[in-house]
Amino acid sequence: MRKLIAGFRYRLNRFREDATLAHSDTAEPTRRDFLYIATGAMGAVGAGALAWPFIDQMNPDASALALASIEVDVSSVQEGQSITVKWRGKPVFVRNRTAKEVEEANSVPVGDLPDPLARNSNLPDTAEATDANRAAEGKEAWLVMVGICTHLGCVPLGQQGDYDGWFCPCHGSHYDTAGRIRKGPAPQNLLIPPYEFVSDTKVKIG
Amino acid sequence: MAGHSNYVPQSAAAKWLESRLPVISLVRGSFVDFPTPKNLNYWWTFGGILAVMLVAQIITGVVLVMHYTPSTGAAFNSVEHIMRDVNFGWMLRYLHANGASMFFIAVYIHIFRGMYYGSYKAPREISWILGVVIFLIMMGTAFMGYVLPWGQMSFWGATVITNLFSAIPLVGEAIRTWLWGGFAVDNPTLNRFFSLHYLLPFMIAGVVILHVWAFHTTGNNNPTGVQPKTKQDTVPFHPYYTIKDLFAIVVFMILFSWFAFYVPNYMGHPDNYIEANPLVTPAHIVPEWYFLPFYAILRAIPDKLGGVLAMFGAIAVLFVLPWLDTSKVRSGTYRPLFKQFFWIFALVCVALGYLGAMPAEPKYVFWARICTAYYFAHFLIILPLLGFLEKPKPLPASISEAVLKGGSASPAGAVSAPEIK
Amino acid sequence: MSTMIKMVRALTAAAAIAVAAPALAAGEGPHIPREQWSFAGPFGTFDKAQLQRGFKVYREVCSACHSLKQVSFRNLAQEGGLGYTEEQAKTIAADYTVTDGPNDDGDMYERPAVLADKFPSPFPNEQAARASNGGAYPPDFSLLAKARAAHRGFPWFVFDAFTQYQEQGPDYIHALLTSYGEEVPEGVTIPEGKHYNPAFLAGNAIGMAQPITDEAVEYTDGTPMTVDQYARDVAAFMMWAAEPHLEDRKKIGFRVMIFLIVFAGLLYFTKQKLWRNVEH
Repeated sequence: MRKLIAGFRYRLNRFREDATLAHSDTAEPTRRDFLYIATGAMGAVGAGALAWPFIDQMNPDASALALASIEVDVSSVQEGQSITVKWRGKPVFVRNRTAKEVEEANSVPVGDLPDPLARNSNLPDTAEATDANRAAEGKEAWLVMVGICTHLGCVPLGQQGDYDGWFCPCHGSHYDTAGRIRKGPAPQNLLIPPYEFVSDTKVKIG
Repeated sequence: MAGHSNYVPQSAAAKWLESRLPVISLVRGSFVDFPTPKNLNYWWTFGGILAVMLVAQIITGVVLVMHYTPSTGAAFNSVEHIMRDVNFGWMLRYLHANGASMFFIAVYIHIFRGMYYGSYKAPREISWILGVVIFLIMMGTAFMGYVLPWGQMSFWGATVITNLFSAIPLVGEAIRTWLWGGFAVDNPTLNRFFSLHYLLPFMIAGVVILHVWAFHTTGNNNPTGVQPKTKQDTVPFHPYYTIKDLFAIVVFMILFSWFAFYVPNYMGHPDNYIEANPLVTPAHIVPEWYFLPFYAILRAIPDKLGGVLAMFGAIAVLFVLPWLDTSKVRSGTYRPLFKQFFWIFALVCVALGYLGAMPAEPKYVFWARICTAYYFAHFLIILPLLGFLEKPKPLPASISEAVLKGGSASPAGAVSAPEIK
Repeated sequence: MSTMIKMVRALTAAAAIAVAAPALAAGEGPHIPREQWSFAGPFGTFDKAQLQRGFKVYREVCSACHSLKQVSFRNLAQEGGLGYTEEQAKTIAADYTVTDGPNDDGDMYERPAVLADKFPSPFPNEQAARASNGGAYPPDFSLLAKARAAHRGFPWFVFDAFTQYQEQGPDYIHALLTSYGEEVPEGVTIPEGKHYNPAFLAGNAIGMAQPITDEAVEYTDGTPMTVDQYARDVAAFMMWAAEPHLEDRKKIGFRVMIFLIVFAGLLYFTKQKLWRNVEH
C-alpha cells in the first residue's frame, strides 16, 4: 500500500514538473493542451449522457407499451357493415365487405397503385398490395385496418370518395375498398394492425 | 453588470448584433472579464453551485410535470406512475426531491458564508436583502412542492402551515379559507400549489439576476473584507473562477448523487409513501429538514400568534442585519470575538434543527426556548454591542498584502484555511 | 489556521452532543434489529429466488387482506425483479380475475387478468376492508416497505447517510412478523380483538392476528419453512414492490459516481494549472 502511494506521489510530482515545463517552454504546449482537451471531452460526454434520461422520459412508458391487445366480437357485423373500435388510442375499422367491394378491389392491377406494398403488419414488409394480402387470412370479406389517414393523421370517412372506399375530408385522400390509397396526398395504404380471428366471430387486435 | 469589458466586436455579425443589443459585451463584462478578487476561497463557490441547482430543479421539474397529475384523486398514483413506468422516471423524481435538499444545504452554507465574512455590510446591503428574498421564495416553493405527491406528510404539512395564517388577528380565518379555496386542504389547494410551485422558481431566477447585478455593481466581497485596490488584487472571472466553480460544482454533484442514487429516501419521510388521508393524522408531523429550525422556533412560543410572529421574525430579522451589525470591520477573520459568537450561533441553528424534529415534549420545548432566545439575541443584542466592545485585529492594506503574508501567521492565514493549495 | 481551530472546536462540541443525545433518543418506539439483505449497500441486487418465494407467501397468505394496487402483472417479468419470463407472468396473471367493461350491453364483466392489468384488490373499497377486519384497514403492500421505519434517533440517523442504511422498512416488516406470540408483559392490556406485538410501531396492540406460522407455505427448493424465513422473503418481495428500479438505480449510481470522481480530478488539475501563476 505504501509503495502504491509512493508511486502515485512520484507520478504526481512528475506530472507537476511536466506541467511546469510545458508552461515555461512555449514550444511544447501539448501536455497542457491534453489536460484541457481531456477535461473538455469528459464534460461533453457527461453532458451527453445526462441529456438522455431527459429525452427518453418522453418516449412511451412501460404502461403504454404493455397496453393489452383487445378482443372484438364481430358476430353482429353483417355484410356491408363496419364497426370502429379503439386500439392503442386509435380507431380501428373492422369491415365485412360486400362481394362487389371485393371484386372492385381485385380488379385493380397492383402496378397501377400509388403504393404497391400491402402495409400489413401480419405479413412481411415486402408483401404486395393485392386484395388478398390486405384482407383477413382466409376470410376475404373482412378488412381490419387502422383508421388513420397516412397523410396527416385524420380519420377517413367510410364508403365515400371516388373509389367507394374511404375518403379523408382533411386533405382529400381517396382510398379504395381495400383501404389502398388511389388519389390525393396520402403516401401509403391504410395500415393493417397485427390481428387474428381467434374464432369466426372474434378478432384479437394487437 | 456590464462596463467591465473592453470587448470590441471583431466580426461583422458581432458588430451588427452589438450595435443593436449589446448582449455579448454584457455577458463578457459579467462572467468573462469581470474583475474578481483573487483570494476567494471555496466557500465562495456556493453561489455558482446554487445557480446550477436552480437550473437543475427547473429542468427536472418541467420534465416531471409532463407525467404528473395535479388532482387529489390522481396525484399520488401519478407520482408512483413516474417511479415505476416512466423511462428514467425514478431518477428524475429522486433528483428533483433530493435536489431540493441539496439546494437548501448550499443556500445555508452560502448564507453563513455571507454572515461570517460580512458580505451583508455596506455597500452590499441590497444584494443581501435580495438574497433573503430569494431564500423566502425558495421556502415557499419547497413547501408547495412537498405537497404535490399528496402523501400523508404532504397533506398534513400543508394543513399545519396554512393554519399558521389563521393566527393573524381579525382576518386570519378568512385568509386561511382563501388559501385553501375551501374549508380544508383539498383539490383547489393542490391545484393552486401546483401552479405556484411552477411559477415561483422563475421568479427566483429573476431575483437571482438582480442579486448578481447588485454585487457586480459593488464588486465581490472577499475573505479579507478589504475592497480590491489595484489590478493586482483581482483576476478575470474567466477562466479563473469558471474553472474553480466548475470543480466545486462537480464535487457537490458527487454528494448530490450519493443521496439521489444510494439513499434517495433519506431526506424524506416514510409517511409520505402513504396516500393523503384527511381523517388520520400521522403520529409525528415534521416538516422537511430545512424548515426544522424555524419549526422549533414556532413551537417554542406558547402562544399561537406569538409563535407565528417569532417564526416569521426569525427570517425578517435577516432583512435588517446590515444595520444591526455595528462593526466597521467587514470580515470575521479580523474580529476575534465575533468569530466565537458566529460559531455559537451556527451551533444554535443546528440545535434548533434537531429540536424541531423532536416531539413537542417539555424537555425539548425548554431547550428550544433557550435556543430561540439566543437566536434573536445574536442579532438584536450581540451583534449591535460587538461593534463597540470588540477590538478588531489590524486589517491588511490590500488583498495582495494579505495573500503574500498568507500561510505564515494569523490574521491572514485564516484566509486560506478552506483552500486546498 | 484559526478558522481551522474553530472548526475543530465546533466539531468537538457536536461530537459531545452526539454522545449525549442517544440518552435523549432512547426509549422511543420499539427496537427493530437490523437484518442482512441482498439488496442493501451500493452494489445490492435482489435475490430472484427470494422474491419468488416472497411472492408465493404474499399470494397464498397476505393477499387475502392486503392489496398490491401499484404493481402490474407485467412487472413480474420486469428486469431487476422476480426474474419470471413473460410466459410465466402471463400464466400467473391468468389465475386472477379482474373486472372489465362496460361491454356493448353496458354491463361490467369479469375476465382473466393479462399482463397490463394491476393486481386486483381483495376488497372493493376501504369500508369493505374495514368491515371484514374488525375496523382495521389492512394497508396496501405496494409501498409499505418504504412507508414504515422505526425512529432511529441521533446520532444513528447521521451515520445512516454514510452507511447507506435504507432497509428500515424490510427490517420492520421482518421484526413485526416474527414478534407475535410473546407473553403480554404485566401492566399492558390488549383490547378485545387486538393482538400483542412488541415490534408494532403504533403502540403494541395490532389489529392483525399472527398471519403466518411455520410450514404454512410450501417451499419446494429446500428453503426452511419457518416464520423467520417467510418474513424475510415477503419483506424482500415488498421492498421490490416498493422500489422496482432499485437495481437500476444502484447500477447507474455507480457509473455516475465513477464519472464524477474522475471528472472532478481532471477539473482539479486543470484548475491548479490555471491558477499556478496567481498568488491567492
